[in-house]
Order: sequence, then C-alpha cells, then structure tokens
Amino acid sequence: MQLRRTIVCLGLAAVLVLLALAVPPLFGQQRSPAGPQFPAAYRPLRAADGHPDLNGIWQALVTANWDLQDHEAQPGPHSELTGAYGAGPAGQSIVEGGDIPYKPEALAKKKANFENRLRADVSSDKTWHALGDPEMKCYMPGVPRATYMPFPFQIVQGTGPSILMAYEFTSATRIIRMDWKQAAPTDSWMGWSRGRWEGDTLVVDVTGQREETWFDRAGDFHSDALHVVERYTPLSPYHMMYEATIEDPKVFTRPWKISFPLYRRMEKNVQLLEFKCVPFTEELLFGKFRKQAAR
Amino acid sequence: MRNRLLAFIGVLAAVVAMGLVVPAAGQAPKKYNAPKTPWGDPDLQGVWNDATSTPLQRPGNVGEKGVLSDEEAEEFQKSLEHDLTRDRRDGGGAADVNRAYNEHWMDARRLKITADRRTSLIVDPVDGRIPPLVAPSPERRRAQAARADGAARFAAGLPADFTDMSWPVRCVVRTDVPPYLPTIYNNNFQIFQSPGYVTIAPEMIHSARIIPVDGRPHLDKSLRQWLGDTRGHWEGSTLVVETTNFKSEEGVLFQGANPATFTITERFTRVAADAINYEFTLADPMTWTKPWTALIPWNKVDPDEQMFEYACHEDNFDMVHFLTGARLREKNGER
Repeated sequence: MQLRRTIVCLGLAAVLVLLALAVPPLFGQQRSPAGPQFPAAYRPLRAADGHPDLNGIWQALVTANWDLQDHEAQPGPHSELTGAYGAGPAGQSIVEGGDIPYKPEALAKKKANFENRLRADVSSDKTWHALGDPEMKCYMPGVPRATYMPFPFQIVQGTGPSILMAYEFTSATRIIRMDWKQAAPTDSWMGWSRGRWEGDTLVVDVTGQREETWFDRAGDFHSDALHVVERYTPLSPYHMMYEATIEDPKVFTRPWKISFPLYRRMEKNVQLLEFKCVPFTEELLFGKFRKQAAR
Repeated sequence: MRNRLLAFIGVLAAVVAMGLVVPAAGQAPKKYNAPKTPWGDPDLQGVWNDATSTPLQRPGNVGEKGVLSDEEAEEFQKSLEHDLTRDRRDGGGAADVNRAYNEHWMDARRLKITADRRTSLIVDPVDGRIPPLVAPSPERRRAQAARADGAARFAAGLPADFTDMSWPVRCVVRTDVPPYLPTIYNNNFQIFQSPGYVTIAPEMIHSARIIPVDGRPHLDKSLRQWLGDTRGHWEGSTLVVETTNFKSEEGVLFQGANPATFTITERFTRVAADAINYEFTLADPMTWTKPWTALIPWNKVDPDEQMFEYACHEDNFDMVHFLTGARLREKNGER
C-alpha cells in the first residue's frame, strides 16, 4: 500500500518535471530577449462561414496618434493653463525600420504641418483644410489613423457580403466590402475598403481616401494617391496583429509598413460609447463669426 | 346543409375582409418566414431604404380615409408628386431658388406613396395625426422659446452665432437619431448582424447603432448620449428595440420631446424578402397627450446600389456662409 503510493507520487513528479521541460514557455519560465511572445500557431475561433471570428471591441495601446515614430513625452497645448492635462506620452516607433521614407520636399511639408497643427481657419471654402490637425477639428481620421487613436473600435462581422468597422472617435464608420470588384466611386474620409481572407488574415485594401487626413499629431501626411493595405491576424482570443503597408509615390520614396497589436476590450458589458466631438470644435472653428455685442 | 353553406360563406367573407383589413394596418398580407442567421436570429441584413411621399400625418384633403382605393391612391400619388418635386418652375424666383437642389440630388423613391396606399405613416391614433401637445412647464417653455428665437434668426438669414443653427445643420446629429423618418435624400440604412448584436448604420450621418440583443442591462442613467443607449430583444421574428439615456440638449428629439420623460420603442419585422416593416411608438407625457405609433416600410436596395459615406461636419461650408452672410447683412443695415 505504502509502496504503491510512493510509486504513484514519484510517477506524478516525473511527469511534472517532463512537462516543465517540454513546454517551458507556457509556464513563463524562460525569458525571451525580444520581450513577451504570443503563442505560436494559434488557431482562431471561427465564424459561421469558417473564417476567423473577429467580432468584438478592439483597441491599440501604442501612442502612434501623437507620432508614428519615436517620440519623447511632450507638454500639451497651453500647458500654462492645463498643466499635465493634455500632455503627450512618450512612445517607440511603430514604423518598420524606424523612419518614414519621405521625399525631401514632403518632409518639409510634414514639418510645416506640425508647426501649424493647432491652427484652424475656415473663413474660405478654398483654404478650409489648409491648416491644423484634422483630429483637432473632429474630422473623420481615415485609415490607418482610426486604428491607433486612443479610442476603441468595434468589428461587426456577420454573414453578409461586408464587415462593419465602427470607431468611437466621432462615430466614424467604414464598410469593408468582401471580394468586391468595383473601385472607389469617389474619395471619402474613411476611404473605400475592399477585403479578402488570406488564410486566417483579413486583408483590407483601402483606396479613395481624402487627401486631407493626417497620420498623427506630428504632421505626418499623405496625398490623394494614398494606398493602404491592412492585415488583421488573430494571435490569441484577446489579441490581433495589425499591419499596414502604406504606399504614396507622391510623398514617399518607397512603400513602408507599420505594425502593432490590437487588444480585445474585456470589461464586463463593455460597449462602444459616443465621442461626438463636433460640439467641442464649434467655438474654435465658428466662434469668430459671432455677432459682436453692440457697444 | 344550407346553414353550413351560409356559415362557410360567412367565414369566407370574414377571411376576405381580414385580407383587406390586414394590409390596411400595414402588415404583411400573408405570413412570411424570415430567413435565419446561422446562430438562429431572424435575418435582417442588407441595405434598406425608407423613402416615401406618404406623409407622417394624414393631410386634410383625404378626409378620414386611412387607406385609399386604387383610383384614389393614384390621385393622391400624383398630387404629392406634384407638391414634392423640385423640378418645377412655378412659384416665382424665391421659390425657385429654394428648390435649387433639383431632382437630380433627391431620392426619387420619396415621390412614391407606400405600396399599401395609406394616407399617413401614423397608424395610431386612427385619425393618422400626432396627438395634441401638452402645455409645457414654464422651464421647458423658456428652453423651447430660446431655441425658437435662434431658429427664427436663422430663418431670417441673421443667425447671431452657431448655436442659432439646429443640430442637423451643425452636423451633430441628423437622421441617425431615432425615430428614423424619411427625408429628401440619403434614406439608406444598412443592417449588420453578428451573434448577440444587430447593428444599424444609417447613411446620414455615419453613426452606427450597435444594439446588443443578449439581454444585458442598459447603461446607468447618468451616462447619456446623443443617440441614447439602445437594447434589443426578439419577439417572434420581430426585433424590438428600446432606447433610453438621451442627452438633455433641447431640440434633438422629435418635436422637442423632453429627454427625461421620452420613451421610444421600435419594431423591425421582415415581412418579405425585400421588405421590412419599421414601426415606432413614441411616448412623452410632457409632450404628447398620448403615445402614438407610425409604420414605415423599408424596401431592400439593389445590391449594386451601395451605402456611401455621408461626411457632414468635415466640409460644412454653410456654417460660415450663414454666419458671414448675417454679419454682412447687419453691416448693410438689413436687420
């Protein structure tokens, strides 16, 4: 009796040791020099049509909305009034290779954009969009900026021929048309998105974006020739890798790529709320046309 | 034997009468089994359009008739089409300028009455009219008067500032606030479904209404939104939607209803492969003497005709035109 119990105990211990040796990463025993790793060869949950189920509320945690490239923490506008409120966090570049390959004249425009990011002048239709970060004016952010703004977005994937992406920022939406032939019929703020599945990756081809959107508060920009190819790849039930290849021969010397993980929002009963920011911009944009009080 | 025959004829007559009455109430003439999604919910997916010339309230020229005969319907259709078309040149210069957006810009579907030949979209009360308004409290009267003063300045071409414009003109909300009512253009709605949700994306403006149908509770009432907070559930094949938590801003809700006491229930029923019955009931004891209900048919849009982005605020040049025009009029002494 005693002996049998001992043998069983020894057997169990041996199995545990073997397990620990066989699958160390699962137990977090090994520290990778490259930082945290996603489990390899994840097989995503399936939607009714057999493709990965991307439904849910997702959010990026990178600070690329302040600057796609490496950036230090920075004070907010009018810090003499607002202190640390509105200050920008530091962050590492999400651009593959670190730098955006601007043409020289385009780099000068990026710098000018940054200098003028807090200005707005809508007194003329013709120069309506000339100054200021579109985000400050509550304009729809375009792609890929919508993905890494500090707001969640929801993917609604059913059985229809299209997938909806709904963003909290200014309640912007875009429809991903799956396996769609027709090219962009006209330019729009969120662009014309056509999707397809490549294995377990949702690939979205985005054209027809209005040239006025920016990539970030640092003034990074594009022209009307912008072509973005996005890739959404599930890495675990709670993560997706987001990659976007950005091509615009008028502004960049070659295509370039950004990537970062998206995180599933897990709060109980979490839902997309409203960030309807138009009323926050009206004084800035239209206040100066107010009737002046008679003296 | 003869009695049985009479009874049979009686039943037949009743059935025929019901057949006549049921469409009159805007219901499907016969039971339609809506397709189901793979997870078992009735399938409402697709792009739908709610345009019609049938007015919300019954106009005076049709008497008390709720449903018209074929000939009457033809006459009604013609007269509404004549009134609504923008491609008219009568009425003088001012009217012509007001019709500056001609039919090219408009949704042609808005010139057709509903297929069931009703004289009003309102089905309850039976007179097809919005119930009488309740006298507002002094506090609400003041808020409404302030709003009306701004609207009057705007209508006179003399807005004092942007707050004299309505929320739709300011692109804060447009036809995305329920109830959904037909308008002159962009009458499209795309419905998406996923397990636990029905999502309605109105074309104008882009805000998607993501409706949980998984039984979760509403947001706490302290968290209010322009479009409110929406929950849905299925009653048979009908999606029943309740929306609460509207923001307190004056003039967002229909007829200036009071956000704190306003309730809205919407029902979406697929009645044919290409048709949804959209029914809404509004109640607000501070606004109407009783609740009222309207039924609007939604017709499926050709799959080749897709939803487009309705960007409103981004190029809202009119805001500046209205305001600078007003300042110029004041300078020229036109006030």
